[in-house]
Formats: sequence, structure tokens, C-alpha cells
Amino acid sequence: MAANQATAAVRARADSGWRMPSPARLRAVKALLFLAALLPLARLVAAGVADAQGLDWSGALTLGTNPIELITRSTGTWTLVFLCATLGITPLRRLTGWNWLVRLRRMIGLFAFFYAALHFVTYFWFDQWFDFRSIVADVIKRPFITVGFLAFLLLVPLALTSTDGMIRRLGRRWGTLHMAIYPIATLGVLHYWWLVKRDVTQPAIYAAILALLLGFRLAWRARTRAQDAPRASR
Amino acid sequence: MLIRTPPRHSPQSSEITPRSVFERRRLLLRAAAAGSIVPPALLGAGVVCAQSSSAQKLAASPAAGPLTTNEKPTPYKDVTTYNNFYEFGTEKDDPAQHAGTLRVKPWSVAVEGEVKKPRSFDLDELLKMAPLEERVYRLRCVEGWSMVVPWVGFPLAELIKRVEPTGNAKFVEFWTLADKAQMPGLSTPVLRWPYVEGLRMDEANHPLTLLTMGVYGEVLPKQNGAPVRIVVPWKYGFKSGKSIVKIRFVEKQPLTSWNLAAPQEYGFFSNVNPNVDHPRWSQATERRIGEDGFLQRKRKTLPFNGYAEQVAPLYAGMDLRRFF
Repeated sequence: MAANQATAAVRARADSGWRMPSPARLRAVKALLFLAALLPLARLVAAGVADAQGLDWSGALTLGTNPIELITRSTGTWTLVFLCATLGITPLRRLTGWNWLVRLRRMIGLFAFFYAALHFVTYFWFDQWFDFRSIVADVIKRPFITVGFLAFLLLVPLALTSTDGMIRRLGRRWGTLHMAIYPIATLGVLHYWWLVKRDVTQPAIYAAILALLLGFRLAWRARTRAQDAPRASR
Repeated sequence: MLIRTPPRHSPQSSEITPRSVFERRRLLLRAAAAGSIVPPALLGAGVVCAQSSSAQKLAASPAAGPLTTNEKPTPYKDVTTYNNFYEFGTEKDDPAQHAGTLRVKPWSVAVEGEVKKPRSFDLDELLKMAPLEERVYRLRCVEGWSMVVPWVGFPLAELIKRVEPTGNAKFVEFWTLADKAQMPGLSTPVLRWPYVEGLRMDEANHPLTLLTMGVYGEVLPKQNGAPVRIVVPWKYGFKSGKSIVKIRFVEKQPLTSWNLAAPQEYGFFSNVNPNVDHPRWSQATERRIGEDGFLQRKRKTLPFNGYAEQVAPLYAGMDLRRFF
């Protein structure tokens, strides 16, 4: 009887809004997010098809004059967006108290890897045409490519260990491994910063967002430590 | 994020002269120049193209021999919508979108400095100064892409000889207009304004160096540096100053905008050179706009952008790695 009342209470709270959404609502949110995260790719594909068909959407849907450059830039930009979104989950969760947000994080992080992989394949295939010598030379000689490549390499183990099985198997080490997201995002912004010719406005925006997201963590840690300190002395 | 808004001032696709029409027009000009009888079908083509564009036509005779290439010209639409002209913004589509505010009439070019006859030329004077030629040039951007552009103009040497440089004239500066009211990009200090580029006297006098008033048989669109610009085909694109208001003859090597912005990346000479990389990227290959990409790999960049035979002697004995 008491147990029944407790579950009823939980259910009532779960049904009431966003603090603790019902499983059905969470599933819907996840599905919508999944579809939304595919939109950047859908746009590139649609633009490519429109160009191939010679359709003129008066500039609204086209890969433009330099399609490879646009695809490279778009997939790179979206990688940064998803990396920032992944890093945004924790601050948002703490500020709103919506703990369920953490259940979206894996998908967002995997989309960051997805767009990074598209970015990398575009470079490997359409920019370099599988010219391995030229690619190796680029990675060694060009600092912006070095850091971009390094960031991508570091993302691979995070993507591979994102299954439930791997999370269980790695235990505490999973969390340590996934701290790599911090250097990855930093290298990603650096990659963008070093590649632009002169106008660093765009990379500066990502750098500011990243600084904010990392700064929040430091501030949060400092605050909880300050709160814990008096209790410890008691 | 990368949602494109239709460029406000760019030509509608209906205004763009189709390549077939354009090529027939060149045929027509060649035929007329050769004095042959023009078939009525070609005359018809001329009428079609007059209706297809509102831009003012510039009659020009095609240049011959090594001064022009017979490589396939890059489509007009690409030439006029993918531009670097930082006075109107740093994105490639900014100039086509924002250059509408540029006032090209009246326009005059002040020629001053180490010359015996300093004076100002208005645009009509420039257009009548020497016979207009169509020169199809390769254009190699320092960023690693390239185009083939049919410019209309005449050798800058024609202007130079009219102002009679003094013995002290060793270099020439080209000053681009810098008017905040007309050029929204000037409010950001990405480069030192006004944009100044420069050449050594022998480079400026070289027959390939073109004082340019038109492209594709029409007056220059604003985003391409209207109404008058310089084109130096063996150097990276940024050496070719746009919307020129002043040409100054000087004794010392000019301080040029990109060189000031990043001296280790953009040298004064900036000759196209596949063997001297930009510190941050390779210059060995280039992507020809409209051709290389999905189906075709990037092509090899040629020394002096393929004009080595004509211009390499200018740099005989110079270490091109040092004077990049």
C-alpha cells in the first residue's frame, strides 16, 4: 500500500513538466533531437542534389561556387557546435535541475563524432584524393591540421566506448577517459583559429563559448568546495 | 549556421549571359576584327545577349598569343559571386551582396609621385587611352583556388608612359578607395585601410600587367573591383588591387596591406610559386573553381601561375624563397 503510494507519487511528479519527464516524453525529445541533428547533413545533401539538377533556389539551397570548401567548413562548424552542446549539458543540468538532460549527452557527443568524421572524410577524399604522402606531410607540417587531426584521433576512442557494455566494463575509468572531451574541444577551436586567413571573428565566438563552458565547471567546483569546507571543520 | 541569403546586389540568374552566347559573341568580335562577313545567326546572338544583361558592354578585341590562354573560362556567375574584397566583408559572398553601395560614377584615378606629368584621369579618359583588349588570364588565389577570367583592359604600361616616371620611380603603389560610407568592411580593422598594393617598375611595365575595366565583355561588376583595377596574372590574387583611386610612383618598396598584416605569410612579391608554401598551407596544388572537386582532383600549381616564360626573367638571380 505504502509502496503503491510512493510509485504513484513518483509518477505524478514525472508527469508534471520538464523536471522529470515521463519515459514517453524523454523518448520523444530524443527522437526529435536525433532528427534535428541530421538537418545539417540533410541540407548539404539537398543542396548537392539541387546543384546537380541545376535547380535555382536563388542562393538559398546550393553548395555554392566552391562546394568542397563549403562542405568542409559546414561539417567542421557543426562538429564544434555539437562539441559545445555536449559540454553544455552539465552546466545546463546544474542550472535547471533537469538531471535527465544527461541522457541526451551521449547522442549529442556521437553526433559531434559523426560530423567530425564527415569533415575528415571530405578532406581525405575530395581535398586530398587519398594522397597519403601529401596528407602525412600536411599533418606534420601544418599546425592547424596537426591539432585538427589530433582532436579527431582523440574522439575515436570516446565514440568506440560509448556503448552501454563499454560503459559498464570500464567503470570509473570511463569517466576519466571521457575527460578527453576537454582537450578535444580546445584543439578543435584552435584548429579553426589557426586556419582562418585573417578574420578570427568566428573562431573567437567558439573560443568564448568554450571558455564559458569550461569556466562554469571551475566556478562550480570552487563553489562546492567553499560550501564543503565549513562542514568539514565542524 | 551556413544558411545562405540570396545576394541582394548580385545579378539574377536571368541576367547572366549564358556561356554559349558569350562564346558566340567572342566569335563575332573575332570575325568582325578579321573583317569577315558576319552571318545573320551570329548577329542574332548579339541581340540575345544585349537583352540578357543590363550591364554596359565594352567592345574589345581578343588578345593573341601568350598574352591570353585558351583554357575554359570560369562561369560568369562564379567569377562575380565568389570574391575576396575585404572592403565589403571577409566572406566570399559578401562583396556580391554588399558592393551595391559603391559609387562608380564619377570616378577618377590620381597619378602622382615620381612622375613628370602628375595628373588625374577620369574613367572615360582611361577607357579611350588605348585599345581595349580581351585577355583571358588564369587567376590563382593565395588560398588555393583558381579561376580563368576573360578580362577587358589594356597594358598598364600605356598609362605609365603617358605620365613619364622620373629616374627615382622604382616602384608603383595602387591605392584602393577607402570610404566608410560606401564600404561597410572598413569598420573592421582586418587590414590597414586604404588597401595598398604595389609592384616593382619592371613588373608594372610588363605587357601582362593589365589596367582592367571589364570582364566577360562588360564593365566590371562592383564586387570585381569596378570601375578600374589592376590584374597581375603571375602573382597571387591579392596583388591585383581593386577599385583603384590612386597610382603613386615611389622610390622605396611600398608597405602593402597584406604584407603589413602578416609579413611572414605574404611577401611583397607574392609570385605564384608551388615550391614556396604559405606557412600554414601548401601551395603545390589548386582547386580550379567549377572543375576540380567531386569528380576531379586538384591540379598542380604552375610556377608564376603558368607565365614563367614571360616573367621569370624579371627575377633572374633572385632567391625566390627569400623574396617570396
